[in-house]
Amino acid sequence: MVTEQLNSNDIYNLISEIPDPEIPVITIKDLGILRDVKEINNEYIITITPTYTACPAMGMIEDQIKEILAAKGITKVKVVLTYTPAWTTDWISQEAKLKLKNYGIAPPHHSSCNKMFTAIEIVACPRCNSSHTSLISKFGSTACKALYQCSDCKETFDLFKCH
Amino acid sequence: MTTKDAIYKYTLRLGDNALILGHRLSELCSRGPILEEDLALTNVSLDMIGRAQALLKYAAEVEAAGKTEDDLAYRRPEINYYNNLLIEQPNGDFAHTMARQLFLSVFENLFYTELEKSKDTTLAAIATKTIKEIRYHKQHAIDWTLRLGDGTAESNKRMQAAINNLWMYSGELFEMDVLDTYLLHQHIAVDAAPLKALWQKEINDVLTEAKLATPADSFMQTGSKKGIHSENLGHILSEMQYLQRAYPDATW
Repeated sequence: MVTEQLNSNDIYNLISEIPDPEIPVITIKDLGILRDVKEINNEYIITITPTYTACPAMGMIEDQIKEILAAKGITKVKVVLTYTPAWTTDWISQEAKLKLKNYGIAPPHHSSCNKMFTAIEIVACPRCNSSHTSLISKFGSTACKALYQCSDCKETFDLFKCH
Repeated sequence: MTTKDAIYKYTLRLGDNALILGHRLSELCSRGPILEEDLALTNVSLDMIGRAQALLKYAAEVEAAGKTEDDLAYRRPEINYYNNLLIEQPNGDFAHTMARQLFLSVFENLFYTELEKSKDTTLAAIATKTIKEIRYHKQHAIDWTLRLGDGTAESNKRMQAAINNLWMYSGELFEMDVLDTYLLHQHIAVDAAPLKALWQKEINDVLTEAKLATPADSFMQTGSKKGIHSENLGHILSEMQYLQRAYPDATW
């Protein structure tokens, strides 16, 4: 089997399109989960970082990376998990924030706010843009989300929490 | 005691707090008082299990005896667990669950802020990662303490009872033994003793606002740093370790 000659950049581009298992409209690159690809002694070292410490998607993302590269004949792959620098919502690209909104998830407001989470913060409804929304639950369907409801269109929606 | 041995045991202590609380809170899955709380408590549980995984993995690396984080989680006898006694106390009613969350998350917020400065880069990185989750847990616990304390006569009575019942397990959080001091001198461990006054002030402020009385300092239960536990831990382990004991090496 003839293996294509791929450099680290090619590998990065190949795997950067992997969708997040929980929010399939954005990729692991959009989210800032994919950190780095290095080639050392013909082995590719791929560094990823979890959004939350217990993010259950990590194992699946690792499998998908290996699967995609195996299809290209690349098997010497090591996926490394790093905690530094710690992931924050700053790592989410502007483009991805728009994709989140279109998907029905209110994107995180701004940078990683290291302050306490407060319910006073105004969150715009991703469906009708109304600012008449209220917090239903600080904890939502996944670790990174909180549950809100819009008082105008009455829909409940997720907020991607500032982290 | 070498530095390596000390870091191993220090990391185990931190990891065990996360592991056992993660398990305790997971017991509430599908048993939360309302759906939102069911989600909240299991989300906190998940954060704890994630932290336990990171810490126990590091402990296994430091020990370098070919073990994994799962070996450490599932294959130690009770006396080799070092979680604080507060952690293993039963969920009780919702007030007890929240009082335990309040005591611990206020402590962890202080503790992990210091651990971020540790010279051990892995512990510092895990602290930076986990501190944001702790702040969220803390706000959740404070909200409920205020709501229950400043709620009905019944909710106030129950919250006060929970605060009183768990108080004697709070002193242990600030103990420093030989191992802690040894690592403190190397700028690896956190000096927990001075955190006690800060903790007491924060707790007192929350309880006062919640119209609850802060218990007077009295007898404090201790033992977990030596692996001496209340009877509760054995019950937790018999359930948590069941699968690995019945079917060793089972995977899925």
